[in-house]
Amino acid sequence: MVGFKFCEKLSSKSDLFNIVVFGEEPRRAYDRVHLSEYFNGKTTDDLALSPEAWYHERGITLFLNDPVLKIDRSEKTVFSGSGRKVAYDFLVLATGSAAFVPGIPGIEKEGVFVYRTIDDLDLIKNYSVHAKNGVVMGGGLLGLEAAKALIDLGIEKTHVVEFAPRLMPRQVDDHASFMLASKLKELGLEIHLNQNTSAVEGADRIQSLLFRDGSRLAADILVISAGIRPRDELAKQAGIRVGERGGIIVDDTMQTSDPSVFAIGECALYNHTIYGLVAPGYEMAEVLASNLCGEAKRFSGFDMSTKLKLIGVDVASFGDPFIQEPECKTIVFEDHHKKIYKRININKEGTRLLGGILIGDASAYNLLLQTVNNKMALPPDPGEMILGPRGSGQTNPGAGVAALPESALICSCEGVTKGAICQAVSQQGCESVDAIKKCTKAGTGCGGCVPMIKDLVTYTMKSNGKHIRNIVCEHFNYSRQELLDLIKIHKLYSYDEVLDSLGKGDGCETCKPLISSLLASLWNEMILKRGNDTAQDSNDRFLANIQKGGTYSVVPRIPGGEITPQKLMVIAEVAGKYNLYTKITGGQRIDMFGAHLSDLPHIWEELISAGFESGHAYGKGLRTVKSCVGSTWCRFGLHDSVSFAIRIENRYKGLRAPHKFKSAVSGCIRECAEAQSKDFGIIATEKGWNLYVCGNGGSKPQHALLLATDLDSETCIRYIDRFLMFYILTADPLTRTATWLNKMEGGIDYLRDVVVHDSLGMAGQWEAEIEVLLNSYQCEWKQAVETPEIRKRFSHFVNAPEEKDPAVKFEKLRDQKKAVDWTAATGA
Amino acid sequence: MMNEQTTNWFAACRVEDAVENGGVCVKYRDEQIALFYFTRRNEWYATQNECPHRKQMALSRGMIGTSAGEPKVACPFHKKTFSLRSGECLNDHECAIRTYPVKVENGLVYIGVGQHEPTLNSVPASAPSENHVTL
Ligand code: SRM
Ligand SMILES: Cc1cc2nc3c(=O)[nH]c(=O)nc-3n(C[C@H](O)[C@H](O)[C@H](O)COP(=O)(O)OP(=O)(O)OC[C@H]3O[C@@H](n4cnc5c(N)ncnc54)[C@H](O)[C@@H]3O)c2cc1C
Ligand code: SF4
Ligand code: FES
Repeated sequence: MVGFKFCEKLSSKSDLFNIVVFGEEPRRAYDRVHLSEYFNGKTTDDLALSPEAWYHERGITLFLNDPVLKIDRSEKTVFSGSGRKVAYDFLVLATGSAAFVPGIPGIEKEGVFVYRTIDDLDLIKNYSVHAKNGVVMGGGLLGLEAAKALIDLGIEKTHVVEFAPRLMPRQVDDHASFMLASKLKELGLEIHLNQNTSAVEGADRIQSLLFRDGSRLAADILVISAGIRPRDELAKQAGIRVGERGGIIVDDTMQTSDPSVFAIGECALYNHTIYGLVAPGYEMAEVLASNLCGEAKRFSGFDMSTKLKLIGVDVASFGDPFIQEPECKTIVFEDHHKKIYKRININKEGTRLLGGILIGDASAYNLLLQTVNNKMALPPDPGEMILGPRGSGQTNPGAGVAALPESALICSCEGVTKGAICQAVSQQGCESVDAIKKCTKAGTGCGGCVPMIKDLVTYTMKSNGKHIRNIVCEHFNYSRQELLDLIKIHKLYSYDEVLDSLGKGDGCETCKPLISSLLASLWNEMILKRGNDTAQDSNDRFLANIQKGGTYSVVPRIPGGEITPQKLMVIAEVAGKYNLYTKITGGQRIDMFGAHLSDLPHIWEELISAGFESGHAYGKGLRTVKSCVGSTWCRFGLHDSVSFAIRIENRYKGLRAPHKFKSAVSGCIRECAEAQSKDFGIIATEKGWNLYVCGNGGSKPQHALLLATDLDSETCIRYIDRFLMFYILTADPLTRTATWLNKMEGGIDYLRDVVVHDSLGMAGQWEAEIEVLLNSYQCEWKQAVETPEIRKRFSHFVNAPEEKDPAVKFEKLRDQKKAVDWTAATGA
Repeated sequence: MMNEQTTNWFAACRVEDAVENGGVCVKYRDEQIALFYFTRRNEWYATQNECPHRKQMALSRGMIGTSAGEPKVACPFHKKTFSLRSGECLNDHECAIRTYPVKVENGLVYIGVGQHEPTLNSVPASAPSENHVTL
């Protein structure tokens, strides 16, 4: 990582250098910090720090899979494993570190791994298939990450064994470790502290661990994470000075004992310290690149503050976390119920923050870190910094950034200060986080500072007297809300009309889908008519979701999840005929994947003639209304939830909104349809239905809130009508109902007033308006296949309509097919 | 720059086959070219169909528009945007796409395919070698 950063810095500062890079691993430099995401679907290409062409564009020669084996310092030449011999003027060692493997008897057995490279992860993944008991040796930062990976791999029981009396001994104190351990236990991890392993047991493969106290722990797979060893072997062999306990000794210009040889990153030992984090490594890269280009910069150590999300738990430590009374005063907050621990250390006078630890809630981290680093004055009651005024836990971020000095380092990965960010806002017109990222690179490393950048942008714009209005984009000087009203008043029906009458310029990928969605919500016309097709998001334009490789998915509507055997057979036939992958979705229906663009109209023609309709899986509108089996079969069922779900789904199908919305109906409070996680959910009671609104699954799950109780079916539908219209008319673009409610002043009580008590007096109008929209419903796919000029668009080549895209490639998986991975398809 | 005289013009489609304010994909030998009819500006553009980000044959299905007057296309996969004029990526400067000249005559749309211009990706950056750095 650090070697890559160095190449980036050097090649952008100067083009006088001819850079040759040797890498021992078979792939381009990648993001080790987010290594664990490899198990959550990130590919090697996602993790790569640069696209393939990057080195080439900068004239850098890259030899992969080719470790340097020897340095000849007198000849200034290196020799590689494959026999290459390259002369140098300057040699930079950025060899990183390796996992430290303790010399325990039996440690060489099969099933014992380390956790450092993508190759390690592949080995673990393959081996873990049959493993039931996973053990991680080492309860530090990396060990806990490895434990999370084992859980993600589906290992039934995962244990963490730590030699020290606490977890993360380098970052947190005993109390914090206790809180962290109890939180991790809740998540299914077994933690063993004070355990000293004396042997790894088993025939060829590992079967158990034996501890010094005589106890044993069953283990089919062991991941060792007992610390890191700087990779100084090459330097040592070449006679360059290394530290007693490892690490290539460098001065504050990163120079080793040989003036032509430098070391940066985790292999470098500066001031008796190995910096096992990426930010200090990047700083070393900056120092070295500057010095080689004739700028005098010095490395002066680095702050080791960290904030991480470990297994979903926030953990942060900053400044001096361990300093104790009487050298300082500490303020501690512990909540054993929510498993939150916060500690701050302040100086004896109570004027300066020295450091601290946060477990379970690290939202205050950025601000606290800045307060330490910039020696900022503390508020009269410093406890407020972790508790918020009157203990409400609220902090005011805007006030926070205003108080920071200009020199405050906001992004430590890229070394960007508050001053630089504010200047980019004021003088270069960067008014969004993306613009700041592009212009200053802040926020492009670990991403931890992004919330602070956002605050800084807002704060600077405000203090420049800029009114922050949510305008759509450079082509429309209006908010979504304003546009909706204007389109309605002026009766505009196509994107072009809207742009001509209300906008300027030629439109873009932000305003096009937004206005298309407004037009659909207002008039509910076929979305591909009136030349509106190219103003739709790609998925809407082809009425299907685009997938890896450029094929599409086909999702017919299956209201309430109920389907006849005959219809199942039709799906089976169609999927067989067009060679589609089939899967039951999380929304209780069947998805067919991997359809060629030109096959879509044929597939839909067959489905439609068997009575299917579009499922709108591609559109921002109603998705599914899930149901449980309900009173027709279930012994607890109070009402017929399936019938009601089908009725609801058929009622609202095709309705377009600012974002997709979902629903479910459960037949009793056991809630098998998960209605409380939906945009609106209905649960049967003895007396009728309870209506819940504004729930969300997805990345930020949120339970739906009770809007009204014991409703009869008609009233329930009336309330849903009003609720949906209110949402459609007022929500920001791409805002789900949960987020919409979160931003609503007055919250659920206000919403209830509007929907149930009609406090705005809009109920009658909304009910009438939604009726018009619902009555104009037509199946989009039916219209598409029956309208020749629309149907014609479903071909890959305009000049060879019968040919399919030859770039589409599949491979076999179990008994079906799958899309070839991004990386494999490119041969990278 | 592409030179008019030596350009080899390939008849891609008729004007009415192209999609207004959007793209279509044209097959030329083994290549796929995205052809855009920016009707609003009465301009035609052609670029490689492959998005360099994840090597997806998708740009012809992207939305077109402008950013400060610069015509651009957004890839449907991850919304990387590219200038239709220069092929430069407008989100980061790490990849670029190849562009082709387009002309319309007698209702037919022609794409200039004659010369293979080096793209940004394949230009070997010349690095005068005074110093060597090895890592
Ligand atoms: C197919 C399916 C996964 C599956 O195999 O089960 C799926 C697939 C996709 N989901 Fe989903 N979601 C599917 C059920 C869900 C569910 C479960 C549910 O509906 O009960 C959720 C959580 C519930 C919720 O939405 O509150 C879900 C939350 C998301 C989100 C996060 C939304 C959020 O508010 O955070 C996205 C991203 C988005 O919409 O911006 C998403 C986006 C996507 C997209 C459209 C991503 C994309 O743009 O390509 C995927 C399209 C795949 C394709 O090519 O067709 N999908 N997705 C499920 C289709 C259900 C259906 O029958 O229509
Ligand atoms: C799972 C995991 C999670 C992490 N999480 C965080 C985090 O949240 N925050 C944080 O700041 N840090 C984190 N780190 C640490 C961070 O990844 C390292 O600090 C960083 O990678 C160090 O960069 P480097 O370039 O010095 O070493 P590396 O990234 O290890 O690169 C060194 C490269 O040199 C190669 N090499 C070695 N010897 C030779 C040779 N003789 N010839 C050629 N090539 C050679 C190696 O194969 C390796 O590819 C994490 C690390 C891991 C493993
Ligand atoms: S289906 Fe949904 S959860 Fe699964 S990878 Fe796609 S977007 Fe993510
Ligand atoms: S493939 Fe085009 S943006 Fe990712």
